[in-house]
Amino acid sequence: MSDVVDESVAHKTPVQDFAADWDHTDPQWVNDPYPIWDDLRERCPVAHTERYGGGWFPTTHEMVTSIANDTEHFTSRMVVVTHNKFPPNFIPAPVGGAPPITSDPPFHSIARRVILPAFAPGPVNALEPQIRALCNKHLDEMVGREFVDGGTDYAQFIPPGVIATMLGFPSEDEEIFRDIVHLVLDLIDLPTEVRGPLFEPMGEYFAKQIDDHIEYPRDDLTSYLLNVEVGGNKLERQHVAGTMVLILVAGIDTTWSAIGSAIWHLAQHPDDLARLVNEPELMPVAVEEFLRFYAPVTMARLVAEDHEFFGSPMKKDDWVLLGFPAANRDPKVFADADKFIIDRAANRHAAFGLGIHRCVGSNLARLELRVAIEEFIKRFPRFELADRDAVTWAPGQVRGPRHLPLRILP
Amino acid sequence: MKVRIDPEICQGQGRCFSIAPQIFDFDELGNGVVLGDGLLTSETIELARLAQANCPEHAVFIEDSP
Repeated sequence: MSDVVDESVAHKTPVQDFAADWDHTDPQWVNDPYPIWDDLRERCPVAHTERYGGGWFPTTHEMVTSIANDTEHFTSRMVVVTHNKFPPNFIPAPVGGAPPITSDPPFHSIARRVILPAFAPGPVNALEPQIRALCNKHLDEMVGREFVDGGTDYAQFIPPGVIATMLGFPSEDEEIFRDIVHLVLDLIDLPTEVRGPLFEPMGEYFAKQIDDHIEYPRDDLTSYLLNVEVGGNKLERQHVAGTMVLILVAGIDTTWSAIGSAIWHLAQHPDDLARLVNEPELMPVAVEEFLRFYAPVTMARLVAEDHEFFGSPMKKDDWVLLGFPAANRDPKVFADADKFIIDRAANRHAAFGLGIHRCVGSNLARLELRVAIEEFIKRFPRFELADRDAVTWAPGQVRGPRHLPLRILP
Repeated sequence: MKVRIDPEICQGQGRCFSIAPQIFDFDELGNGVVLGDGLLTSETIELARLAQANCPEHAVFIEDSP
């Protein structure tokens, strides 16, 4: 798969002006998007592109909030920007292909209510010992080495292990999960005719898991989804499969990226690292600043009907890239927005989105991020980047380091 | 002073009950709720203000109690 994407990227026209031709897979954006966003916020502030069939990128916190709370003018039917707004067999609004993230009101609240209890603080907090054990299992394998990779030796393993357990999928299928995530979130710039067929094995995988759970029901999220009743009816199989895709994809890449970005930061800021090692009670506040400063997730919407948005003429079915990470750097809302302040007291960041689509897994993500960093710095209280140029970043709407070579210091 | 959460605005971001578990709790969906009558004391008022300053949805209100 990676050969396909490398070729596709190589043939692209590099972006000259992000205000009129943005592309979130352009290497400049992928490697360091923040200066681009700051520049656009000051001089634009709604950027446009003809790529991907046309779309907009608003950059202020006010605009992002306004879109997140306006489900009339912006539909969630598609939340990942690709070259195809109408994939084969697409499920129209208000349901969408992966409820509830792709759903609009009024169906949205029905689909969301089904899964919220499983991700409420009570059940999530009960997973803490298991997450801690998972972190330590991977840390045990890294001990004694001078060079480790914070991404491929550590961060990439934590969320898949947790999500596999929750869904009741075989944990040895982790590699399959990462392939699915890569397809859905990274390979977004592939031509439709190349990308479409790649989804077939994913559909088959989920069908297999559903069949297995129908035959052998057990105490996990998949069996719950297959048996839960809404208004006296079970969910349609398609709905169950869509929600499973959502939980798997949204539960893996995002938190993996957040853990990686936090380690990336600490590797370059020994003062912050030392503070966390010496003041572990600071961790919950620090986690919120990691989330603000390195918010991994940018969402997307489609324009639902023609209208003018802050002076921009938006047309039905235009893409809108909903940049929560850009909103988190808006100096109108955050003092010293471009500075990482590890004990920032007031922090209304939007890393988990705003409004009715607030990340369902936010309690779990916070827990995984906190525990993963706590255990990492307990084991490795001093480390630095081994090779800055060897760090690679995931492209597209979820940003985080994939390769993160570190040198463990004595 | 009294604190309340507007349930129409709250989206379950989870900041209030993490910052001030003495004042807030969560319901079965993970939305924030105020414990007891929400009356604030000189010891809890600052904590309530901190929770308010961290709510991304602006759903926490601190008002004069009647």
